[in-house]
Amino acid sequence: MSTHRDRLRQAMGDKVQFVQGDDACAYGAILAGCTFFAGYPITPATEVAERMAELLPKIGGCYIQMEDEIASMGAIVGASWTGVKTMTATSGPGFSLMQENLGYAIMTETPCVIVNVQRSGPSTGQPTLGAYGDMMQARWGTHGDHEIIMLCPASVQEAMELTIVAFNLAEAYRTPVLVFIDGELGHMRERLVIPEDDEFELVERTCATSREGYRPFAAGEDLVPPFAPFGAGFRTYVTGLTHNEAGLPRSASAPIHDQLVRRLADKILRNTDQIIRYEEFGAEQCEIAIIAYGITARACRDVVEEGRQRGLKVGLLRLITIWPFPDEVVAKWATRVQAILVPEMNLGQIVHPIREAVAGRCPVMLQSKIGGELHTPTEVIDALEELRCQVC
Amino acid sequence: MSGLLKLKTAAELRQIYLRHEMFPTIFCDGCGLGNVLNYTLWALDELQLDLDRTVFVSGIGCSSRLSGYVNADGMHTTHGRALAFASGIKAAQPDLNVIVFTGDGDGSGIGGNHLLHTIRRNMDLTVILVNNFTYGMTGGQAAPTTPIDSFSTTTPYGNIEYPLDICALAQTLGAPYVARWMINQPYPPIKSIAQGIQKRGFALIEMLVPCPTAYGRRNGLKQLETIWQWYRDHTILIDDYEHIMHFGSPDERAALHDKIKIGIFQDCERESFEARWAALVEQVKL
Repeated sequence: MSTHRDRLRQAMGDKVQFVQGDDACAYGAILAGCTFFAGYPITPATEVAERMAELLPKIGGCYIQMEDEIASMGAIVGASWTGVKTMTATSGPGFSLMQENLGYAIMTETPCVIVNVQRSGPSTGQPTLGAYGDMMQARWGTHGDHEIIMLCPASVQEAMELTIVAFNLAEAYRTPVLVFIDGELGHMRERLVIPEDDEFELVERTCATSREGYRPFAAGEDLVPPFAPFGAGFRTYVTGLTHNEAGLPRSASAPIHDQLVRRLADKILRNTDQIIRYEEFGAEQCEIAIIAYGITARACRDVVEEGRQRGLKVGLLRLITIWPFPDEVVAKWATRVQAILVPEMNLGQIVHPIREAVAGRCPVMLQSKIGGELHTPTEVIDALEELRCQVC
Repeated sequence: MSGLLKLKTAAELRQIYLRHEMFPTIFCDGCGLGNVLNYTLWALDELQLDLDRTVFVSGIGCSSRLSGYVNADGMHTTHGRALAFASGIKAAQPDLNVIVFTGDGDGSGIGGNHLLHTIRRNMDLTVILVNNFTYGMTGGQAAPTTPIDSFSTTTPYGNIEYPLDICALAQTLGAPYVARWMINQPYPPIKSIAQGIQKRGFALIEMLVPCPTAYGRRNGLKQLETIWQWYRDHTILIDDYEHIMHFGSPDERAALHDKIKIGIFQDCERESFEARWAALVEQVKL
């Protein structure tokens, strides 16, 4: 008799496939144990929903197409409170609509995953072309003080792997986690190898064990309260209002608000060593560094090899976790190099926290490119040459 | 409804069903929300519904505070979005009873699109939509339900917009259960709430409640006596309405134009989203 995990694999098909980044996010979700998806069609993220609509009924999960992205975000938060793993996927315009309920998920400590296959904005912009214009919206888009976790894959394989990681982080810290790719990566086909279960880790939210004296928003040393799903008899009241540890609204209390909102931030900020991921290339004997993320970082990998052949002592810091921002890693690189180049598919977003972390230790140059075309290795090398002339 | 003969007292209901640490309520004197809560508890008691398996979901506004007063799982969500959250809960866990408290502004203004599609999808939810003709929590602004020519803080010269008939909308969209009641008679709403909970599919119970503080005082309806009389004068049972429309004189028919119909407008069967999804899963599951 086949197990549930066997059925997941059977639903997804061959172990090695030639699929899009959007498909890979769906596969990652299925492997992570996601059984609920709510979404609304939007280019270039629609394929995530299409794949989930096909896979979820096969494994006994639930797919529901909502009337808009506001409702999609609401539905995944509601579903998550029944104890299941939930996801939605969208692009810029839809992500804009999700902001309020994203804040609700943060405030109510609801694990869920949001995939944003970014396209150019503002507004409808370039629906079919890739961009990284929502990087700061991810950080600050919902109102009020908060922290957010965001991962940025650079390949189809990594889109699947990091979607699994995103679910693990969402479960571990009871918070929404963002997986940000772009239209190019979302629609690009690459070889994908579906891993065996013993090749990756799965994390489940810590559940409350006793109803006696249970206070739904009281956390221990790890700052993450044990979770009690709806229907289990804990009779939890969940509100987006400022609430005390019992979950009761205390919206006029300064100390309770201060304590709650700082804990929500601290449960992420105190675990940055568990959350922050990055990759380094050519870190040794490096004079000029590139700091890049997402699909742009792929061109930059070629640049490191090619640049070194041409006598440029170049290295690459590829950011995988964007939020919380890896200040310390960036600061360490800043002490070792003479200049930093930041190629971005926007008018300059992540260059700002980079400059803040570098804190004047070396010059930081933005190489901005918008319109839907990727940075080519040649363009990046040219920018590095220019930067070298300026600083060396 | 023989069970109604042995209704528990308010004190007994309070003891069994309410979350005591949430009291006192936020409601003003003369507000009808307490009645709606009371009628809901009677309906729960009538059905002996398992509160451990029942979730109360709400949006934002005075009526949306009701979810917090019941001692069960509750979700006080964002403005207008209660039905989206409730749909997620119910679709993920169809065994749970999901009851939504919402208001006229929350449910049919900012949340109007969700109302439309949740009914179309026929989610198995019981929605108690409390209509007080105004945005009460923010101090009495015009709502989609504010009667024409009446006054609010944002219609200081009178409301020029036509009000929305929420029940007519729900009926047109095919909701299996649609009813509207005022609060001056407890039994019909209690019965409707109980029927709504038992209905497998979308059930809408619209409750007309007075808001003396934010709506009433700007419209000569501040005194409780006056406002309750206004509701008596301006509502008509659907059966009486139809009788007059069929058999009444032209004058009698003309007199109906500013009346709000109350009663059960629709009570039929229609397979719910959850049932149809379960059947689909049965077909394609590996």
